[in-house]
Amino acid sequence: MNGISIYIIPSVIVFIVIYGTFKKVDLFGAFTDGAKEGIYSLISAAPSLIGLVTAVSMLEASGFFDLLTGFLQPVCTTIGIPAEVLPLGLMRPVTGSGSFAMLNSILEKYGADSIIGKTASVMAGSTETTFYAITVYFGSVGIKNTRFTIPAALTADIVGMFLAVYSVRLFG
Amino acid sequence: MIGYVWFLMVIISFICALCTGKMENLSKSVLDGADHAVSLVISMAGVMCLWTGMMKIADRSGITEKMSKIMSPLLSRVMPEYRSDSPAMKAVSANITANILGLGNAATPFGLAAMREMQKTNQLGSQPNNSMIMFVVINTASLQIIPTTIAALRQAAGSISPYSILPHIWFTSLLTLAAGIVIARIFMLRG
Repeated sequence: MNGISIYIIPSVIVFIVIYGTFKKVDLFGAFTDGAKEGIYSLISAAPSLIGLVTAVSMLEASGFFDLLTGFLQPVCTTIGIPAEVLPLGLMRPVTGSGSFAMLNSILEKYGADSIIGKTASVMAGSTETTFYAITVYFGSVGIKNTRFTIPAALTADIVGMFLAVYSVRLFG
Repeated sequence: MIGYVWFLMVIISFICALCTGKMENLSKSVLDGADHAVSLVISMAGVMCLWTGMMKIADRSGITEKMSKIMSPLLSRVMPEYRSDSPAMKAVSANITANILGLGNAATPFGLAAMREMQKTNQLGSQPNNSMIMFVVINTASLQIIPTTIAALRQAAGSISPYSILPHIWFTSLLTLAAGIVIARIFMLRG
């Protein structure tokens, strides 16, 4: 699988640059404008990242994750999910910055290219901050009763969590 | 909600350190964590900006509009309350296309516009109709060509191939999206 994925990034970049030239876009102007937006959004995310990375590193240092992982181990073995990534799965729908902070801690503890690191990456990358999206979108039009949105979206998130585990088993 | 989560994380780590006798580690982690967060933001900046820059070129080349036009008939099949050429559906597909390309800053205004347009003809009034729910469920599947934040975090953690999880994420997102649509349909049929 790694054989294909090394072509993806260069191909995407080459395609964008060629297509942009063909459409007579000011390539470098567009690039720097976009990169500037990237800096701004990173800076605006920084305060919450600082708060949450600190909280996650406190949990890690207190031994909480080791205790929780040990406690979850029997359940996780039964359902086939690595116990180390389950806390991330629970955090993902609630907070984006929180789950990125947690992913960072998992990647550093177990290694980004380990099975646990890969599973955690896929888990964080293939689902959204469900509660946040529901609150923002329905809140914007004054809807409070969201009918079956939460159960439907959360069931999909759980399916996504299992699929993340299987995808790493499948593609390596 | 995030406030409660943060509160709980701090309290739990304190209680846990009391019980396990790791108060010294905890004390050190407070300073280390804050310090580390700043270097994390800085080491993510390169990868993040590279992609927001590339996707801005894609956006100005008209790729967003083109993709959006292809998407709207597909989307109106799962959101039958709105025709594919309605203003609501145009905003919906602009939002989803922007998300796929990773244009996060552009996606949210389109999403809010989509909700506003859909609400105009929503006969349930104070409750969302089926299409509005479907829109939010599709949004939470997080389809994205290049999952920039994840790649940046992996790079920052010293991965030898930060993008190697791309196929995994595509596979998982697409199947999660399909599952989300089916699950939402089941809820709709049950009334």
